[in-house]
Amino acid sequence: MDTVDDVEAPTVDAARDALVSTLVEALGDGFVTGEVHPGVDVWVRVTADSWLAAGVALHDRCGMSYFNFLSAIDWKPSPYGRDMDAQVDGPEVSEPGPMEWGTTGGETRFQVLARVHDPVSGLGITVKADLPDDRPEVDSWIPAYAGADWHEREAWEMFGINFRGHPNQVHLYLPGAFEGNPLRKDYPLLARRIKPWPGIVDVELMPGDDEASEEGDDA
Amino acid sequence: MGLVENGKLPKPLTALLNVSRKYSLWVYQWGLACCAIEMGAAFASPRYDVMRLGVIPFPASPRQADLVVVSGTVTDKMAPAVKRLYEQMPDPKYVISMGSCANCGGPYWDSYSVTKGVDQIIPVDVYVPGCPPRPEALLEGIVLLQERIRSEDMGERWNGDPIVVS
Amino acid sequence: MTDTQQIAYIAAQAADARVNVELETEGMTLNIGPQHPATHGTLRIIVRLDGERVVAAEPVMGYMHRGYEKLAEVRTYPQVTTLVNRIDWLGSFANEVPFILAAERLMEVEAPPRARWIRTALFELSRIANVILFLGDMAVQLGAVTPVFFAFRDREFVLNQIEAVTGGRFHPNFDRIGGLKDDLPKGWIEETRGVLARIRTFCDEMEDLVAGNEIFEARTRNIGVVPADIGLAYGLSGANIRASGVDWDLRRDSDMGLAHRELDWKVWTHPDGDSFARYWVRLQEVREACTIVEQCLDGIPSGPVMAKVPRIIKVPAGEAYVETENPLGVMGYYIVSKGELVPYRVKIRSASFNNVSITPWLLEGVYVPDVISILASLYFILGDIDR
Repeated sequence: MDTVDDVEAPTVDAARDALVSTLVEALGDGFVTGEVHPGVDVWVRVTADSWLAAGVALHDRCGMSYFNFLSAIDWKPSPYGRDMDAQVDGPEVSEPGPMEWGTTGGETRFQVLARVHDPVSGLGITVKADLPDDRPEVDSWIPAYAGADWHEREAWEMFGINFRGHPNQVHLYLPGAFEGNPLRKDYPLLARRIKPWPGIVDVELMPGDDEASEEGDDA
Repeated sequence: MGLVENGKLPKPLTALLNVSRKYSLWVYQWGLACCAIEMGAAFASPRYDVMRLGVIPFPASPRQADLVVVSGTVTDKMAPAVKRLYEQMPDPKYVISMGSCANCGGPYWDSYSVTKGVDQIIPVDVYVPGCPPRPEALLEGIVLLQERIRSEDMGERWNGDPIVVS
Repeated sequence: MTDTQQIAYIAAQAADARVNVELETEGMTLNIGPQHPATHGTLRIIVRLDGERVVAAEPVMGYMHRGYEKLAEVRTYPQVTTLVNRIDWLGSFANEVPFILAAERLMEVEAPPRARWIRTALFELSRIANVILFLGDMAVQLGAVTPVFFAFRDREFVLNQIEAVTGGRFHPNFDRIGGLKDDLPKGWIEETRGVLARIRTFCDEMEDLVAGNEIFEARTRNIGVVPADIGLAYGLSGANIRASGVDWDLRRDSDMGLAHRELDWKVWTHPDGDSFARYWVRLQEVREACTIVEQCLDGIPSGPVMAKVPRIIKVPAGEAYVETENPLGVMGYYIVSKGELVPYRVKIRSASFNNVSITPWLLEGVYVPDVISILASLYFILGDIDR
């Protein structure tokens, strides 16, 4: 993935590279890997133990005073068939397939990610951390960014990730009696299991197209 | 209105009562989501001006309301509150379900947190489809409800089928 | 005043004070919502009071939680825009833009210039449609009923213009990966100029009627002051943070992929950070949005409105985060794609969620009537909080 316009895209991004090297210096062994897409964006991955340290370093040393969001990703594909679409006549539960990670890779099922921003320079950075499979938990970011409070409650509710040191880890959106973590990939959408959804392959005509032409112009 | 409910009133008197009920519908606005804004446009904007239909959109509490417009997505967390609201309203009471979400779940038909239609909780008199319905559609729903009130026999009120605005 | 009167007055005051001591209670819990006019939607706030003063405020959300992030995982990319329209339902078109831009970045396609300019015009029109309702609504919260009628009246004209282009008053679902669904209808540009003139008149009216009103000022000046650093740590955005003196607007400071940077306009800030400042900044932003739309109308380049994209959209594997300066603040989508028809994960960073997350901090110690003024001035939309 690169920028949309290759001509203007610089091949070296000094500001984002400097950001990564500041984090390497601040975190030491806690820093796992970083990826810079020049002129576009930057990702870093840290260990779960240095998650809070990364937040503090970003806030205090990199000028990332703006808290954007905090969430998580479940990398284990859904066991409910392709695209989680209704599989009325298909197998009930299929093999989920191997886990594949996105930018900056990964090692475990759950990854927390957070994004912070520097309103002065306009740079933003996405930080990720792998959580241990046996107990998905990580330090709370509230000491670094006060705004992380609700985001962590949401991640706790949606993914079942425990944030150590969170003062009020209770349901945010769902009723207190709700069971399960909806954004986990193995949480089924029951309505879809019952009723097939025909819309997964719908195709719309583009402006200027006439009705009959090029039916299967697939990429 | 106990006499009316027992169906013991002479017909002309019933008709008179029905006409007066028809033109003094106090409507409680249970605005939940996007539809609430279209409901606001219908009730509060000078362009649509709901009061010319004899609908008064200002009851301070459901206890003073004849009609409630449930407009928007009813979630499972909200459902108990909707039910309680309905129970607080005095009889005879009417419900308009406005928008796809309140009718059947709408675009959130497969969501884990959305009630698939407010009619699972409370009885609905008029369904107004659309996502969101235009204010005109809501006004038509109200007019249809008024037609129904006008020709209503209170004794048989509960057997009525819902009206769908097309 | 004679001495006797003076003494009687002092005695009465003392008696009052004694009564007040006797009446001192353990505090009370006030439940605002989940359906309350002041929360424009279904936010519920549990406030613990000591007399008239708020000791602690706890917002309870989720009454409008519809599970967008989960539903986006089972819908194709073009279908997701239908859903995300409904997040911030007052400025629906603006919700689509960041999602489409993120998908475009992953697919390495770029919308043609004409599409970018029309997007910018519609983006700013939805800002107008959104914020003018705030300008009227905030006055309603403080007891003035008329402004909201004005707002609804003039909003209709904006909605007409949006409907003329997109076919939808509320939820246009008009943005496509690679461009727009259709071109502008004939005569639209001229009509829109007339509407913008109306909106400017509306802004002048609001400035006289509301912002210049003594009562309004008394109820909003120095109420709910948000210092800039705290606002940043909570992730406040949009007019809320600009009203605290932070000169930061993504339309100007980052390359959103729209045409804003090619236009001449101004970012308004206010040093005070109080409820009045938030109202004032939004008022100026509506005017500024009118300027932007006008320049768009003048400068829309000719050409196609749709780039060449495959018929069935599969987005290449990768991750992208794109945020734009939406009417309510910064809205972003973090898209994780695995090269399939549907996104693997969509994290929706909505503005109101962060904007409201400051309320427990902000409401502590204020008086009950100010709760309403502060909530109204923070300006949130429930769909944008609960998603």
